[in-house]
Amino acid sequence: MSLLVVDNVSVEFKTRDGIVEPLSGISFKIDAGEILGLVGETGSGKSVTAQAIMGLLPFLNGRVSSGRICFRDQDLLAISEDQYQKIRGNHISLISQNPMTSLDPVYKVGDQIVEGLRQHVVIARDDAVKRAVNVMTSLGIPNSEKVFFQYPHQLSGGLKQRIVIAMGLCADPHLLIADEPTTALDVTVQAQIVELFRKTVAQRNIGLIMITHDLGVISNLCDTVVVMYAGHVVEKGRVQEVFANPMHPYTRALLKCIPKFGMPERSLKAIQGNVPSVSTFPGGCRYHLRCPDMKPICMTEAPQTLQAGNGIEVQCHQFGPNWREEL
Amino acid sequence: MENTTNQNQIIPPANRWIRRLKKLKNNRAGVLGLIIIAGLIITALFADYIAPYSYKAQDLSLMNIPPSMDHIMGTDEFGRDVFSRIILGSRISVYVGVVSVGLSVLIGSLLGALAGYYEGWLDRVLSTVTDLTWSLPEILVALLLVAVVGAGVECVIIAIALTYWAQYARLIRGQILMLKNEIYVEATRSLGATDFTILFKHLFPNAIAPVIVAATIGIGQAIVLEATLGFLGMGAQPPLPSWGAMMSNGTAYLFISPWVIIFPGLAMMITVFGFNLFGDVLVDIMDIREDTLK
Repeated sequence: MSLLVVDNVSVEFKTRDGIVEPLSGISFKIDAGEILGLVGETGSGKSVTAQAIMGLLPFLNGRVSSGRICFRDQDLLAISEDQYQKIRGNHISLISQNPMTSLDPVYKVGDQIVEGLRQHVVIARDDAVKRAVNVMTSLGIPNSEKVFFQYPHQLSGGLKQRIVIAMGLCADPHLLIADEPTTALDVTVQAQIVELFRKTVAQRNIGLIMITHDLGVISNLCDTVVVMYAGHVVEKGRVQEVFANPMHPYTRALLKCIPKFGMPERSLKAIQGNVPSVSTFPGGCRYHLRCPDMKPICMTEAPQTLQAGNGIEVQCHQFGPNWREEL
Repeated sequence: MENTTNQNQIIPPANRWIRRLKKLKNNRAGVLGLIIIAGLIITALFADYIAPYSYKAQDLSLMNIPPSMDHIMGTDEFGRDVFSRIILGSRISVYVGVVSVGLSVLIGSLLGALAGYYEGWLDRVLSTVTDLTWSLPEILVALLLVAVVGAGVECVIIAIALTYWAQYARLIRGQILMLKNEIYVEATRSLGATDFTILFKHLFPNAIAPVIVAATIGIGQAIVLEATLGFLGMGAQPPLPSWGAMMSNGTAYLFISPWVIIFPGLAMMITVFGFNLFGDVLVDIMDIREDTLK
């Protein structure tokens, strides 16, 4: 039994200009003890995926229009909001994008951790405080007993990020979703946080979905990687396989963009163009406008998901039956 | 998880109110406001002990006496001690100001918060009601109430509460509309919080500061309004000494005994001034972000 199965999920949002579909038929699954990396440029639908799993879309004028999201064999799309509230923070926790703003400025950080915990667990306040301080200490927060009584504005970014992680971990969830948890932090703190995630997953045997656009973090931390582009999963597989032998042109382009030490000046690569906005996704393969290997078929037909060797799945005509070099 | 690093008790740091009050030392206007408000409240609470005479003791041999050692603010046309009446009148002013604005803040912030949080049809209905209320003149509402239930302090309070809440509703609604897109709201929701928790535990405390400032200024306005209605004969009924009613009665003797008007007017001016200064102080005191860790 997989911890979480996301099966062919599409999401639509009602906007003033009509209905848009930022996610179209994405699938992946994650087991306990596994770290899955969700990677892609801004606008590729990573955060929407997280919000869909958390059941937050109704609050944002969106909904899952088709597909299934199953968490420990329970269909999350079939349950009521009341039942969802018991799952959020208790079984699945979301660590949202920006630690600087995900804490309420008027409460002491400790109280916010305790609040999240007591939402789900019947526990005396004193015990909850002890447990929160223990979690904080285990996350490497120095002087946890003091930090507990401080307000968010009194803490550094790295500390705030740890507090937010502590909020997510305090109720012992089975699945943690971290939405770009290291983006706002400097590199040394980033490394510590990544290490923290690795340890936490190993110790507690939980699943972690790591949303990031930092391929360094992915290769360092994750077991599997899901590459997203414009609301599609374009490639997924074991991290080592995908990074060693990227198949989809987008994955290849992403990997080329990583700067390396000792690169000659002005040789930093970028992918030409931008991710199309959700209302203007092109027909055919959504990547064809930026793809160096584009053929006529890419403009007209959406590629199917293909099983390549090594357990990699890729969505590109290049590996399909209709691809002929001479076209 | 059960490690043993924290066997010792976890104790919160000392109360920060002392630190906040210390901060006030540099804010002279604020201290003045605080002194005025404190003085007013003490006066209202202990009016019976402070007033040298009864507010209704008439002495027709002592009509319209100018300020002297016996009657430091003179006497009115019935020979009643003006000073004693002003002291007693502070009760009515504080009562009307605090209760009416308290009620308006309660109504206004509740409706405003619901409108801002849920938006949609609820917001449209509530906002329309708010706008309609906003357009009602307080004095007309008071007149209407007087016609229905008769004149009195309670009538003034209800009239003010029924008209003032609109401004607080608008303030809170705007704040909530802005704050509900904060990431900590999503973060709280991902921890499994209910709408109720999010709205009243997280959004409300963040949104309330400007309302409290507006409310202190509103108390000043309410006191003036009470005096206006008292002046028109709609507020506290004789012999209760409301400042507005005192001034109203004094107009007949304006050139014989001007002190009957001047002193209640001064008392009101100082009170309103005090509440306005106090509003600024509250902002400083309440903003936890200004607390420094020293």
